[in-house]
Amino acid sequence: MLDAVRCLVARDLLLALRRKSDVGTALLFFVIVASLFPLGIGAEPNLLRAVAPGVIWVAALLSSMLSLRRMFEADHADGTLEQMALGAAPLGVVVAAKALAHWLVAGLPLVVIAPVLALQYDVSPSLYGVLALSLLLGTPVLSLVGGIGAALTLGLRGGGVLLSLLVLPLCVPVLIMGAGSVEMAAAGLGASGQLLLLAAMLVGAAAAAPWAIAAALRISLE
Amino acid sequence: MSARSIHWFWYASPQTFYPLAGAIGRLAAPAAAVLALVGLYIGLFVAPTDAQQGEAYRIIFIHVPAAWMSMFLYVVMAFWAAIGLAFNTRLSAMMARALAPTGALFTFIALWTGSLWGKPTWGTYWVWDARLTSELILLFLYLGFMALQASIDDTRRADRAGALLAIVGVVNVPIIYYSVQWWNTLHQGASVSLKSGSSMAPIMLWGMLVMALAFWMYSIAVAMARVRCIIRERGEA
Repeated sequence: MLDAVRCLVARDLLLALRRKSDVGTALLFFVIVASLFPLGIGAEPNLLRAVAPGVIWVAALLSSMLSLRRMFEADHADGTLEQMALGAAPLGVVVAAKALAHWLVAGLPLVVIAPVLALQYDVSPSLYGVLALSLLLGTPVLSLVGGIGAALTLGLRGGGVLLSLLVLPLCVPVLIMGAGSVEMAAAGLGASGQLLLLAAMLVGAAAAAPWAIAAALRISLE
Repeated sequence: MSARSIHWFWYASPQTFYPLAGAIGRLAAPAAAVLALVGLYIGLFVAPTDAQQGEAYRIIFIHVPAAWMSMFLYVVMAFWAAIGLAFNTRLSAMMARALAPTGALFTFIALWTGSLWGKPTWGTYWVWDARLTSELILLFLYLGFMALQASIDDTRRADRAGALLAIVGVVNVPIIYYSVQWWNTLHQGASVSLKSGSSMAPIMLWGMLVMALAFWMYSIAVAMARVRCIIRERGEA
């Protein structure tokens, strides 16, 4: 079973590497959205410092929405997904591996680049660690919960907007805790409460979401 | 399968449920009208003017029951969705589909009347209060459910996909509620709260309960009418 996971993750990563532009667009989108905010609200450093955690988190949320459709679409189009559903490995494990691969491609780069954006927003360097850690804990939840939406909207017309409509309300708690942790740290109150709650959400999502994604895929593949 | 369990599922068939839905609807619709009239009479004429909020408080006779129904209907919808997934009964999914627009309507009414109440009382139409925010997210959940079902042509897939989404949503609702509450206390001091519940005059409470009952009856009547339409549409009557 672990072999199946390893094999699937390696395959999805390889596919992503062969189409670098797909990976790049989501990351570029993240950077561009975050860079647009100062142009819209003004470059007042205090204001920017105050909105930075929220802006970076919302940009991360939108960027991971953008790449969600890729989680199953290509495999669905060429029939690979049906083979995976029929294969020996349990579908729950298969989709967990695919969510992991999606996170490695779409979530992890955001974690790495977020401190650079924080620098643009004049956030104090002592907060970079909290920001990166909150994204490290939060973005996998976005991939897991988003996977449910991606599986439900598989092959539907207008799926992209619909997917965001379904998933964004469900991601509200992650956004609140993620941005909240950085704000708490900025206020000198300690971010451990929010970070622990984010970790709890990650554990809960990792335990429950794969089965929901698998059920959703079965419905969509029927 | 025993005779008892067959009896239990008798009305699970759309065909046998269709006349029953009509009968329930015929009972619930006039009951809703009568109860609404009584409730509005109590609320607008009998109940005394509130000492602090003046006449503006009277909107709670619509607002609070609508907010109750908006949350309750989501749970009922998720319940029917879960039953539909578990027992593979077509009627349960139809019930979930029939309840969604009513739930969204009540959510919208709760938000709307809440902002009308907020303007004279808080001095603003909208505050990012925990309850308002979670009600808004509930509206998004309803709309997402309806949008998903509307965009799938195959009714079986639409029913099952919607059911899964409703269940995921109902698991998430408490998490959303508490995180929003926490976010709210983090961002701003406690907003004006409606902690006058215990000191409320009994007649006000009665007005609210009658209105809540009226909304129940309305929901039942409309859901039954809608489920009859769905059964007809799918040619199962």
